Amino acid sequence: MTALRGAGFAALVCAAVVAQAVVFRFVAIDGVVPDIALVLVVVAAIDRGPQFGAVLGFAAGLLVDLAPPADHIAGRWALALVVVGYLAGRVRDDARSSALGAVLVVGAASFVGTSLYALSGVVLGDGALPVDETLRVIVTSVLWDVLLAPLLVPLLLRAFDLLGRDPVPARSRVLH
Amino acid sequence: MLQDRRPRGGRAPTPEQRARRVLGLLVLACLTVITLDARASSPLDPLRSAVGNVVGPMESATATAVRPFSDLGDTLQTNHGLRKDVARLEAANAQLRGQVATAPVDRQRLAELDGLTKVVGDTGYSMVAAHVVAVGPMQSFSRTVTIDAGTSSGVHKDMTVLNSDGLVGRVVRATRSNATVLLIVDTDSVVGGRLGTNLEIGFLRGRGSVGDTGRLALDLVDDSVVPAKDDVVVTWGSKDGVPYVAGIPIGRVESVVSSPRQSSRQAVIEPFVDFTALDVVGVVVPKGTKGDRPVLTAGAPQ
Repeated sequence: MTALRGAGFAALVCAAVVAQAVVFRFVAIDGVVPDIALVLVVVAAIDRGPQFGAVLGFAAGLLVDLAPPADHIAGRWALALVVVGYLAGRVRDDARSSALGAVLVVGAASFVGTSLYALSGVVLGDGALPVDETLRVIVTSVLWDVLLAPLLVPLLLRAFDLLGRDPVPARSRVLH
Repeated sequence: MLQDRRPRGGRAPTPEQRARRVLGLLVLACLTVITLDARASSPLDPLRSAVGNVVGPMESATATAVRPFSDLGDTLQTNHGLRKDVARLEAANAQLRGQVATAPVDRQRLAELDGLTKVVGDTGYSMVAAHVVAVGPMQSFSRTVTIDAGTSSGVHKDMTVLNSDGLVGRVVRATRSNATVLLIVDTDSVVGGRLGTNLEIGFLRGRGSVGDTGRLALDLVDDSVVPAKDDVVVTWGSKDGVPYVAGIPIGRVESVVSSPRQSSRQAVIEPFVDFTALDVVGVVVPKGTKGDRPVLTAGAPQ
């Protein structure tokens, strides 16, 4: 990965984290906002595969964990998004086959990611809510992400196209 | 199937195997970070403030950029009537539209600042005014916000944050230009409170949710006292005002729940502050604080 491309991905991750805390708070439903960072990780996994999805999930999750106003134990979102990135990468063929497939993958990823995060909170005793409220937050979050997926996924795929591919496959094609 | 192009000794890993290895490594890394950060004095704190120093100003700048549009969200979210109004106004000319979009926001802000100045006059505390720029998503199950004042304005950890309605929370972390505020409705938040009518003391714990269901639970130290409905609860204040200064209104008693199994009673408190529409807040600072923004002080006009 070139430095420029790396900077491009870093900028995308930063923009996603800032957007969900600053811009989308105005449309929050009971405090639940669209999880742009999660959708970004899913799109990365769909576009580049499970390995890249997991790596970007780690980076994005760690930024969500450390950037203000986060006040939970760091590493919890990172763990959730690593798993999300990997799993979304494993089902990337389904996601790429149709638009509906991509939306479904985003919805499933949102459910898995938010649930994993909530579960880690229960295990660590870090800011856990009663089960009914937790479920309400998870369902609202899935609805938000599914609602925004038709808009965000093509937009982010386009951004990924503009950033370009890793040059490794191209070079090896020349060599062999 | 894709094969690795550079086999070195033995079978080269397939992309699937490689992805699985990366997954394993990253999960281990996450668990390490969690273990490190779960300690009381986290070795990740320097990293956290470094990230805060970079992301905080980005949040402030973005908040400034989207500020003129901020009441559009309120309209979509809370008021169908206002939505209709906006639709009607869209038929009006562009200039009118612009005025309608920004004037209520400005007026609202002025009113809130005005209220804050009044609080300063009433309580005698010195305050630094700040804007809420970012709100932690409910998906994180914690209620925290970022404000656009930090150590350069005299804002430090464990300072009281309030607005013209009442107590908002306390500062848990501050970087040069931003600070993170833990709202009193967060489940980690415990505030010492005092009933307005009989001065009985107790502890208020957040219940984690905001919006219409954002409530606090009050446990009184003296179990024999039954809080009266609509009784006002104010902060009882900690030593040296850290983290909460005394006498700030928190909320009013909504209902009293007593469990038959235990002799204790719990009062449900409705906070005065609307946590879904936080904008201008004041941070209580020690008298004589010097910083890069004006300190609101009682008695002395600025």
